This record gives sequence, C-alpha cells and structure tokens, in this order.
Amino acid sequence: MTEPILKIENLSLRREDRPILNDVNLEIYPAQVHALLGLNGSGKSSLAYTIMGCEGYTPDRGRILFEGKDITHLSITERARLGITLAWQEPARFEGIPVGKYVGLGVNPPDRERVIQALEAVALPAKVYGYRSADKTLSGGERKRVELAAVYAMRPRLAILDEPDSGIDILSLGEIANLIRRMAIEGVAVFLITHRDELVETADVVSLICAGTILFTGKPLEARRYFTSRCIPHLEALGSQPWDTSKPEVQEAFASNGLLKLVAQAAERQTGKEQSA
Amino acid sequence: MSTVVKSKHAIENRPGWADEMAAMLEAYQQAGGEPAALQLPQVATLVVSANTVLMSHEIPGIHFQAEPLEHGVKATIQVEPNARIENPVHLCFGVIPAEGIQHILANYEIGDGAEVKFLAHCSFPNAVKVQHLMEGSIHVGKNASLTYTEEHFHGQTGGVEVLPRVRVKVDEGGRFNTTFVLTRGRIGRMVFDYEVEVAATAVVEMTTKAYGHADDEVVVKEVVHLNGEKARGLTRTRVAVRDQARSQVFTTMEGNAPGARGHMDCTEIVRDRAVAQNTPLVIVRDDQAQVTHEAAIGSVNRKELEALLARGLDEDEAVDLIIRGMIR
Repeated sequence: MTEPILKIENLSLRREDRPILNDVNLEIYPAQVHALLGLNGSGKSSLAYTIMGCEGYTPDRGRILFEGKDITHLSITERARLGITLAWQEPARFEGIPVGKYVGLGVNPPDRERVIQALEAVALPAKVYGYRSADKTLSGGERKRVELAAVYAMRPRLAILDEPDSGIDILSLGEIANLIRRMAIEGVAVFLITHRDELVETADVVSLICAGTILFTGKPLEARRYFTSRCIPHLEALGSQPWDTSKPEVQEAFASNGLLKLVAQAAERQTGKEQSA
Repeated sequence: MSTVVKSKHAIENRPGWADEMAAMLEAYQQAGGEPAALQLPQVATLVVSANTVLMSHEIPGIHFQAEPLEHGVKATIQVEPNARIENPVHLCFGVIPAEGIQHILANYEIGDGAEVKFLAHCSFPNAVKVQHLMEGSIHVGKNASLTYTEEHFHGQTGGVEVLPRVRVKVDEGGRFNTTFVLTRGRIGRMVFDYEVEVAATAVVEMTTKAYGHADDEVVVKEVVHLNGEKARGLTRTRVAVRDQARSQVFTTMEGNAPGARGHMDCTEIVRDRAVAQNTPLVIVRDDQAQVTHEAAIGSVNRKELEALLARGLDEDEAVDLIIRGMIR
C-alpha cells in the first residue's frame, strides 16, 4: 500500500491555556482529497496552521511526519520548500504586489505559462488580473481564487485548503471542485477544510473533528451518516459555542468503542430576566 | 556660464554641453525616467543641471520661463486655460558633481479647465554633499486637473539633503493628484513639506513613498485645508525604515466647510533599530464636514508574512517583497 505523505501522530495543541487539538491522529495520502469537517471552533483551521507551522501553533505533544521525515519543528519556509502549502481562509491583501507575481511566488523555476494556466484554472483571465494588485481592490471571492491559483501554480506535494468555498458564489463552486480534483489527478495530496456538500463530493476520505478531536475517518457517505446520526444530536443538546456560557462548554472529546465522550464545563445559572430575554 | 534655452530641442553651443547632457540623461534614467521620452517632439521637456537649463522644449498650450540663479534656477511653468496636454510633461532636475547646491524656485500656473500631467525626476547620483532646495507654488485653476509625479534618486552615500517646500491652491472643481517617490538608493535627509488649500468640490490626492536605510532621515509634513463646500482630500503615506533610519510623518487635515471629506492613511514599516513616528492632526470646523485617519506603524503584518513564507520565501525575502510592494 502507498505510504502516507503526511502522518500526524498523537498531536495536541493548547493556546492561551485552552486545549485546541487533542491527540489527533491522521494520515493523508498522495493524489488523495482528504476533507475535514467540523463545526465552527472545532479546531479545523488550527490543525491546518499547525501542519503549516504558523506562529503560535507549535504542538505540545505529538509529531508531524511528511514523507517519513519529522517536520514538527521546521519553519514555515522549510515546510513550504518540502512541498507543503496553505490557502488561507481569509487570504492576506498585498498592496503593490501584482496578482501575477503573487501567483508565481512558489513557482520554481519561474514559469510565466504556469501562472497564466493557474489563473485560468480559477476563471481569472491573466490579461485582466495579472497586473492588478492583490490588495483590497479585489473582492473577497476574487482574492480567494487568486489564493487557490497560487497554491495550484506551486505544484505542491500537499495543499491545505482552508475553506476555499467561503465567499465563493454558488456558480463558481463547480470550478473550485474541478480544480481540487485536477490537483489530485496531478498527484497532489489535498487536505480540504470545507462546509459545502459540493466540495465534500470531491473527497476520497472524510474526517470529522469535534472539540479538537478526530472522531471519525472514512468514506464521505459514512462520514455524513456518522455526523447526522451521532454528532448533531449530541452537539445540539450540549451547545458547542465557547462564548455561550448558558450552555456547557465542550472541553475535550474522545471517540471510544463507538461512543462519543465529551468533557464539558458546567453552564452558568441564568437569571429569570436573562432567560426571558 | 548659465544659460536659458527656450523652445525646440535646442543644442547649446557652450563647451561641455553634450557631456553634461549625457550625464543628466544617465542620472534621469537612474531616477526611473525614460531618456527617449525627452527626445520626442510632442513631449514638453525641461532639463536643469545645477543652475543650468540644458534643455527646454515647449509644445502648444504650455510655456516655460527659466532664469538662472547663483545656485539654481527660477522657473515658471504655465499651462494655458482649457489646454489638454496629451503627453506627460517631463521635468528633470539634478546635480552631477559630488558636491553642490541646487535651489529651484518653481511656479506652476495651471489655467482654468486645463488638464496636464507632469513626470519629474530628480537625480543626484554621485552626491557626497548635495543640497536640493525646492520652493514651489502651484495654482490649479477652476475645473483644471494637475497630476504631478516626482521620483528621486540620491545615490548610495546618503549625502543628499532634499528640502521640497510647496504651497498649492486648488480652485473650485479642480483636481490635484501628486505622488512623491524616494525608494531607490539612500535618502540622506529629506524634509517634505506640502500645504494645500482646496476650494469647493475640488479634489486633492497626495501620495508619499520613501524607504530609508542606514542613518537616513525622513520628515513628511502634509497639511490639507478643505476650505470649500464638498472639497475632498486624501493623503497616503507609505514609509519603510531599516537600520538606524528615522521617519516622522506629520499630517494635518482640516474640514472647514459643509460636506468636506478628508482621509489620512499612513503605513510605516520598521525594521532593525529604525524608528518611525506618525502624528495625525484632525481639525473640523463645520458640523457637516468629516475627516478620518488610519495609521499602521510597526513590523510587517504577521499574516501577510506567513502567506509568503508558505510559498517558500524566507523571512528576509518576504519582508522585502512586502515593503517593495507597499512603496511601489
């Protein structure tokens, strides 16, 4: 069997003294689209930043192996040069950097045709967008497409796509889905964070994350069944938003012997006035 | 000997003209200019080396008058009312020797309804001790439009002191758009001092970009008085400093009339032991006027940096790219 390109072993992360990721184990394979689903605040983006090596996302425990090499303590640049890259959910804006230049940053050796091809793959004509600044004059959707083009142009070994669908109009979702499939066909391992069914359909494997814990990994259909039958009822009952102190706050979650075990902090008692409000 | 040359691409007979002109063209190119543009008959051109006018070429609708001073030139540039000058007017000022003083007294008169663009390049490529003083007055007539872009090159020694002091008056419905760029080579010491009075429905946009290294010193003083009803003003200041360089930005915007709208936008990036300061001053004298300001001073934004690192750039490359983009 093919070796995983990325292997995450027993990864835990705390930030500001709160557990964010709990004992995460995950394997991602070359030419495979591996989707990660979870509610807001469940740790999806944190896992993406930890794999990429972003500041403040150094794990407390566990290892990240890329092609068998321990990269847990490598810098972002070192990871990128090994072939890992990330498309941010809300990409940064760059004053004075043309779109064409930004898309070509990871293309080594420089290849103008590759940049044009990547822009066309996200339906941004190079003639129109190539010389525009990748700044706040681009709409949110345009900037997201530019980010995807930059990742595609780079020909990474592992592309982490953090909600590439957010801010993208419904008609364009198909184009994004096609690009994801195209990357996988070209051999790229795609780690896809999404909420959209249209993109989940591109996945070969789906993992579910809750309160920083991977609860399930399997085929998309099985994942959907697991999520709707087991996760939603529990989460609806408990609430999962840390800012809503009227409901128990999920601190940790474990999948064990087919059971979802949650450790939650007790809710605050509400006054009659607050309840009626 | 100092000489005034008027009209056409006249060739000066005095000895050494060709050498000095060649040196100025090279300096012009170093400052970002296109020497070929100076030779085009449809392009109005004024080239001043120290206190000598090397080239002065007028086209219909625009007139130059220049007279030498002991250490510079007094120039009047007039654009006729309703003239539409299609090609940008090219101005070139410079001092080729390592030491010298250049004092430019410039008076720009843009007639009512006229439309013109200036591309000015100031170059001091060999400067060890050069002072460039510019005292300018600009009058943009009613419904006229002036776009003035000025780019400097001060060489690599930091031996230049540049003191532009310009007073601008924009009449009703006029537009004044200016960009000042000093981002290549060293700066030396620069005190950029602009004050603009804006009449009703007139629009002013001022952009200043500078990149200081070593012990360079940058001072930017911009004052905009939005005096007329529905006058508009925008200042954009982009400064990067590294090593021990210093930058101080003082921007004042006054909203003095109903419907006046002003905004000041300042970004300064600081590296190493450099120091940057921004002092915005907002004054509103009318309850229907509004002035806003935003400023970001400090290191490079971490999110921007990580986005570039994730493409394989190292930190120095990424910071340099962000700074170059900002001051581009």
